[in-house]
Amino acid sequence: MHDLSFDIAHMLAGSLVLVSFMMIYQARLYALLNAFAMQAFLLATAVAWQAYIRDAPHLYASAAIALVFKAIIVPWALHRMVQRLGIHREIETVVGVVPTMLAGMGLVALSILLMLQLTETADSALAREDLAFSLSVILLGILMMVTRRNAVSQVVGFMSLENGLILAATGAQGMPFVVEISVAFSVLVAMIVIGVFLFRIRERFDSVDTEAIEQFRGEKQA
Amino acid sequence: MTLDPLALALLVPVVAAPLLVLTPGYRASAWLNVAASALTFAAAASLFVIERPLPGDYLHIDDLNIVFIVLNTFVGLTAAVFSATYIGHELETGRVTTASLRFYHAMYQIMMFGMNLALMSNNIGLMWVAVELATLSTVLMVGLYRTNEALEAAWKYFILGSVGIALALFGTILIYMSAQPILGEGLPSMVWTNLIGSAALLDPHMLNVAFVFLLVGYGTKVGLAPFHAWLPDAHAEGPTPISAVLSGLLLNVALYAVLRFKMLMAANAAAVAPGPLMIGLGLLSLIFAAAMLYRRRDIKRLFAYSSIEHMGIIVFAFGMGGPLANFAGLLHMVMHSLTKSAIFFAIGSVTQIKGTQRLADIRGLTHSHPALGWALVIAVLSIAGMPPSGVFMSEFLVVTTSFSRSPILALILVFGLLLAFGALLLRLTGVAFGTPTGEDQEMHGSLVPLWLHIALIVLIGLHMPGPMVAWFQSVAALLG
Amino acid sequence: MELIGAFLLQGLQMIVVLALAPGLTGLVRKIKARLTRHRGAPVLQPYRDLWRLSRKEVVLADNASWLFRVSPYMIFAATWVAAALVPTFAIGLYFSWTADLIAIVALLGSARFFLALAGMDVGTSFGGIGASREMMIGAFAEPAMLLMVFTVALVAGSTQLSNVAAFMQSDAVGIRVSLGMAMIALIIVALAENARIPVDNPATHLELTMVHEAMVLEYSGRHLAMIEIAASLKLILYISLIGAIFLPFGIGPASTGIFGLALGLALFLGKLAGASLLLAVFETSIAKMRVFRVPEFLGAALMLGLLGTLLLFVSRSL
Repeated sequence: MHDLSFDIAHMLAGSLVLVSFMMIYQARLYALLNAFAMQAFLLATAVAWQAYIRDAPHLYASAAIALVFKAIIVPWALHRMVQRLGIHREIETVVGVVPTMLAGMGLVALSILLMLQLTETADSALAREDLAFSLSVILLGILMMVTRRNAVSQVVGFMSLENGLILAATGAQGMPFVVEISVAFSVLVAMIVIGVFLFRIRERFDSVDTEAIEQFRGEKQA
Repeated sequence: MTLDPLALALLVPVVAAPLLVLTPGYRASAWLNVAASALTFAAAASLFVIERPLPGDYLHIDDLNIVFIVLNTFVGLTAAVFSATYIGHELETGRVTTASLRFYHAMYQIMMFGMNLALMSNNIGLMWVAVELATLSTVLMVGLYRTNEALEAAWKYFILGSVGIALALFGTILIYMSAQPILGEGLPSMVWTNLIGSAALLDPHMLNVAFVFLLVGYGTKVGLAPFHAWLPDAHAEGPTPISAVLSGLLLNVALYAVLRFKMLMAANAAAVAPGPLMIGLGLLSLIFAAAMLYRRRDIKRLFAYSSIEHMGIIVFAFGMGGPLANFAGLLHMVMHSLTKSAIFFAIGSVTQIKGTQRLADIRGLTHSHPALGWALVIAVLSIAGMPPSGVFMSEFLVVTTSFSRSPILALILVFGLLLAFGALLLRLTGVAFGTPTGEDQEMHGSLVPLWLHIALIVLIGLHMPGPMVAWFQSVAALLG
Repeated sequence: MELIGAFLLQGLQMIVVLALAPGLTGLVRKIKARLTRHRGAPVLQPYRDLWRLSRKEVVLADNASWLFRVSPYMIFAATWVAAALVPTFAIGLYFSWTADLIAIVALLGSARFFLALAGMDVGTSFGGIGASREMMIGAFAEPAMLLMVFTVALVAGSTQLSNVAAFMQSDAVGIRVSLGMAMIALIIVALAENARIPVDNPATHLELTMVHEAMVLEYSGRHLAMIEIAASLKLILYISLIGAIFLPFGIGPASTGIFGLALGLALFLGKLAGASLLLAVFETSIAKMRVFRVPEFLGAALMLGLLGTLLLFVSRSL
């Protein structure tokens, strides 16, 4: 049916979606950070593999960026931050794990159906599959942000969303490097912002539970 | 060199930002900020007189963005002037520190750079980067005061903005995917002038889905309901010059991005017209914001909802389509920018004088501070849609167009407009008239930017400059 | 003549499975004991236990119904048939046309049904707890199993086990992430169905931790022997199922000569030994889950199966 190179790419992209589910399943912060590191690693491998089979050397650079920044630096930095600030490590959820997973399943099915239908005219099977899986990862990232009350896990959800975007940019053949640099750039800046915020949030509150800071929502007072 | 003013308008903020970080003392950095903004404005204004440069792979000037670039830099300048006079008091009251002020000024210039780049860019990827840069810098500035509420506002803004920007990037990638079979791989498929040239050949289904993502993504930044949740908090908790810039400029830049893509949709006959979607979102924002105006007790929050309302009107106008409605939408973008920033300039001074943001505690401004009070009255009446402001003109055009197309929608529109008008007038009479309450502190904020804006509003309301009309008309035709 | 040979071969498979089942259980227990630095009972102890139990008197509660007496036989019969159908050392045996994956799931389901009813029959609270927990586990495990079956069937083009094994041995398979997910899902389901840690502890009789043991608490004598051997048969069934689908080397067609069959049998024994080692290591290295977490665990298996099917759908429609 398909050759080996496509199978491997399919396996890597599919594992990316799987790890996104694993991230939803995690109940502890350190495990979540590890799962995120795994997702970034898988993303780097997937991008590098596609760079290899498509002979697109600029993708190697973005794979390296994903590997260094997101698989190594960011989880390590967040790990240190969680330790240093004493952020409590249980992840509070808005709804239980099982309904979240079911919703995630629905979103994945929806995005796969939508994207496959949409890209029927595209000639590259790899591009079609990349877009389908990347939208799944993006939606799963948004789901994670919506159903978590812990600020760190919301940030991790946002970063897994960015991972999906990088996969989409990889799938779009020949997308210029500008976008990839920008995505990495935004991750870096986001990291700084997050660090700054988490520190300031820690100054004010004992936990990074966003439910606790909801009471300061100006709407309720004015 | 053909790109001189463009390059200058971009380079000045970029160079100024690190300088501002290094400048000690807030007075020096505040006036350096003003100087940099003035230089940027001069560079942009020169675009009116010199010959337009040819579109490059990254930047271009056309009828749509020329007015917005000049407007952007102009309001940037007036806001910088206002900020220079305003921020000293904040330092005295201890709401900010000197270090954070340096950071604030540097971020201001980076934000200006981001916005100018977004307006000038010919590359949809570059536009996305620039909008994201501008957003990130404003997030940092919103959290400047470091109070609990400010943190909550900045965090919410960050999260919502990031999700929006991510969806917008996905939409951008889809646009690239649709263009790639026709324009080839790589950079040419991201250049907007190429895209609009071959828009009719692009895959309509992919354009449809891409536009939905782009509307939702950039629409979050525009502050359309139901994606508006970040807007009131960000306006209320950030420093007032930033509220002025947010409402006046950043919302416009995001809307400009949506417009670029709407032009693509309009040029493609097979794509589903995004009109109904935009009309729906616009009306929803209008009615929702107008209703919320009644219960607000914080003055900045009040006008934040007013921004949502006006963005709703603008999106409704663009959703309606047709030369008159599109023209009205463009005009409204310009007028709203000038008027809303003027209002925030006034409010900044008012809150400093009264020491509070609560509406109930602000009374009788026209008696205690006539120059400020009457300026506020004129500005609020303008934003509420009274003649002779330009806002009245654009609202009039929108209403007449919608009456001729679809009377029911026009009724809803008028209902929303009247609802907002009532709320604003109610609050205005309370704030401006009556006996002054409480002890007043000294006014530091300059009134010059405020009156300058008002003068412009009235002028444009009475007589629109010919070139501007011509440019807007040609863009209105392209918007479909 | 050929017919008799085929019958004999099929019968041989049935006997092999029955004979090896208690030994497998004993082997797993022995390895676990060794890993925790105990001496452990001899590997052949389960055989002695079964012999002892079968000669003991059956003690029935006063209010036990006919169902209570009949259930052990039903359970044993269903499980033995299911275990006998899974190809262990050869495919294409005489009754292999009945060896459909869905039929096997159905057989196991009916065994579970009778077990749960028997647990509730006498009216003790332990039996009720065990039965309800078993049903909860089954409610998640069975869909997960079926999704795994769908994934495998989509890849191999058939649900009949001989065809599946033959396809998996051929080169047409390629690297498939869906198969990997299906294997993990099957392993999770196998752990749940066989009442192994982390789902249930087969060595305990504490109320907090019992599922399977709770249901059979009232049984004694030959009834208990039947149920014990049915549990062992279930374990060997799942291991040979994993082997047949995902590790089908050495399972040649029934028509290969005596050497081929002997090789198949030897490899099968090797797979059993390897599986029992892995199972023992796994059981000693993690802790048992709290009961309300089991649905999440099985839900993960369900998601894996669903995801595998979705990914297959994607790759097939590209």
